[in-house]
Amino acid sequence: MNIFAEGIAWLFDPAHYGGVDGIDTRIGEHIMISVIVLAIAAVIAIPVGYLIGHTGRGRVIVVVSGGVRALPTLGLMILIALNVGVGLEAPVIAFVVLAVPSILAGAYAGFDAVDRRTIDAARAVGMTEWQIVTKVEIPLGLPLLMGGLRSASLQVIATATLADYVGAGGLGHFLFLGLQTRDYPQMLAGSIVVVLLALFSELLFAILERLVVPAGVRAGERADNQEDVRAKSVRSRTATG
Amino acid sequence: MIEFRSVSKQYPDGTRAVDEFSLIIPSRKTTVLVGSSGCGKTTLLRMINRMVDPTSGVIEIDGKDISTIEPVHLRRDVGYVMQNSGLLPHRRVIDNVATVPILKGVPKKQAHEDALALLDTVGLDRSLADRYPAQLSGGQQQRVGVARGLAANPNILLMDEPFGAVDPIVRTDLQNETLRLQRELDKTVVFVTHDIDEAFLLGDQVIILEKGAHIAQQGSPEEILANPVSEFVANFIGADRGKRRLAVSSIAHPQGDDLVLVDAGGYAAGVIAAPGGQLATANPTPKSRSISNKTSQAGDA
Amino acid sequence: MVWVFNNLTEIWQHTLEHLQIALPPIILSFIIAIPLGWLAKRFPPARGTILTLASLLYAIPSLPLLIVIPVLIGTGLQDPINVVIALTLYGIALMARSTADGLRSVDPDVRQSATALGYSPWTQFWAVEFPLAGPVLLAGIRVVSVSTISLTTVGGVLGIPGLGLLFTDGFQRGLVEEITTGIVLVIVIAVVMDTVLVMLGRWLMPWTRVASPAVRRRRNLRAVTT
Repeated sequence: MNIFAEGIAWLFDPAHYGGVDGIDTRIGEHIMISVIVLAIAAVIAIPVGYLIGHTGRGRVIVVVSGGVRALPTLGLMILIALNVGVGLEAPVIAFVVLAVPSILAGAYAGFDAVDRRTIDAARAVGMTEWQIVTKVEIPLGLPLLMGGLRSASLQVIATATLADYVGAGGLGHFLFLGLQTRDYPQMLAGSIVVVLLALFSELLFAILERLVVPAGVRAGERADNQEDVRAKSVRSRTATG
Repeated sequence: MIEFRSVSKQYPDGTRAVDEFSLIIPSRKTTVLVGSSGCGKTTLLRMINRMVDPTSGVIEIDGKDISTIEPVHLRRDVGYVMQNSGLLPHRRVIDNVATVPILKGVPKKQAHEDALALLDTVGLDRSLADRYPAQLSGGQQQRVGVARGLAANPNILLMDEPFGAVDPIVRTDLQNETLRLQRELDKTVVFVTHDIDEAFLLGDQVIILEKGAHIAQQGSPEEILANPVSEFVANFIGADRGKRRLAVSSIAHPQGDDLVLVDAGGYAAGVIAAPGGQLATANPTPKSRSISNKTSQAGDA
Repeated sequence: MVWVFNNLTEIWQHTLEHLQIALPPIILSFIIAIPLGWLAKRFPPARGTILTLASLLYAIPSLPLLIVIPVLIGTGLQDPINVVIALTLYGIALMARSTADGLRSVDPDVRQSATALGYSPWTQFWAVEFPLAGPVLLAGIRVVSVSTISLTTVGGVLGIPGLGLLFTDGFQRGLVEEITTGIVLVIVIAVVMDTVLVMLGRWLMPWTRVASPAVRRRRNLRAVTT
């Protein structure tokens, strides 16, 4: 357990802040890589997911992209690095490939989960297809999209520790540097920060996910729960009575 | 007036949902399309606002071929009420009712005021305006659905089994409300149902459909009851089982001036007034099928 | 292909190592998640705690975990057991949720009629609820399988055996072929394993074979979105 104490001590040592190798700098890099990756992946995946969800065509793309999970990100990143050289490019491309399936599935599932009758009614009262997308499907699908972004963000932050393997920096730097010098406190310090960052992302998206639930839908869930409770109490009463 | 002329709908897989259907639906009357599921009645209804386009044939509204009207515009001018209300779950009642006027460019404030007035019309308390659909009972949701259908003040109101999913007591209430609304608003109503009693209650003109939307019989409820043209119709309206053929009960003693009527199976079906041994005849006009005019929402909350 | 033919023994060796590390977590996580899922379903207050812990566990990145585990259990940094433990933890994190969801998906009417027939709680769980949760469990274990097989490669950067070593070695020597070989093999193992799971599911749950295309599509999607 001493090593943990040393790791935390390493983390709080002022000498490890500032400069190219400072913890603060590496956190910045790590976040930057993650945000860039998520932004690119979102720009690619959301429109495609929405298109598939709205038209109902090309569902196979969602299933196939889910299969991309089988692709080992480490191998992909190294393969790209051998072609384009070390630096930010290889990990960003590899992580985008990693992040797209989750976001795509979230965007698609968000649209797909909207009750067909609601969409039918929206069309029947005279909404254009564009209005159905913007006024019905997007707001009702946001929670599931956020869920997709949440798991993508977690995956990217976690996997971004590998980025430094091809010289792209980030918090993985402390792990790889510590590994070479068998400097356990440094590795642990780096690990702790990555874990904290991942938890922070989870928390952030958990809040966002809740915030984007349309009030009417939340009201429905409450009503359902009450219904549940009522049904249950009725059931237990029947059981005893 | 809505006119179907030799309208057919064939799906890519070859099934013919509607086969050479022709019908004139008169203005300011309620026409009910009734038939078992899969007979094509909903398809016919959805052709009127171009949710479904026919493969061949022409549909005209007041002499204008609707295939020349942009679907989105047409739909904004035709009221539509569906089963399970089809309300937008993320919008408040008032926004749901005001949907179409706002789509048509009515200023939001005006549309909201009109929507509140419509809640009165359909017998809903204005305090429900800020609720979300999920916070309403099934019957209330259905009333909101009707209010939304009426919001753009359309001449035509399409109702697709609107009361199919609510319980019997609420359904009776909503049916009476529909009759009241029709008397007050005088719309051209096209109503789809599989319930023959509902069809006879609401319809000025009833169209009984067989598979492929073939018309088995059309006419007023009285005409159809008096003279079912085929075994299918007799079966469908229950005449064959004697449910509709009533006789004065020989067992039950007259209760005051009332005689008890029984159906062919001998089950009590109603009473008829017979003051002085003379059977009462109904006043032919004006027809009022609404038994009570109440707008309260008993059993509806 | 020259490199592949010259190194067949080594490649085969790494493939076997990879399987030895990846298979135990898939099986272990499935088994360990059953009581957790049952707890979550049986005691609603426990549900929140179990599922939150599971998602926190899942939030720990693999590389740091591979560094922390040896410190905690006193193994060497390159011991394959570290990877087995880490991947089992991830597997449990995913499967606990799947199991709880699966058990919850069982129609209450079915559950009540089973009780009415006179099943004891224990037999009812194994004879009714667990099998009926099967399709959701299958979807869950398929995700675990694919991600476990793929994540096993991360051990490579620490020098832990498995196909990940083809990546690190290939990177140091600039051998594109070696890396491609590794990627292809990982995908092949994942696909084979997935097929095995699907067949196993069909064999064990014959009643799901008649599922309509719509149901099947939804189930596939659940596998994708979880």
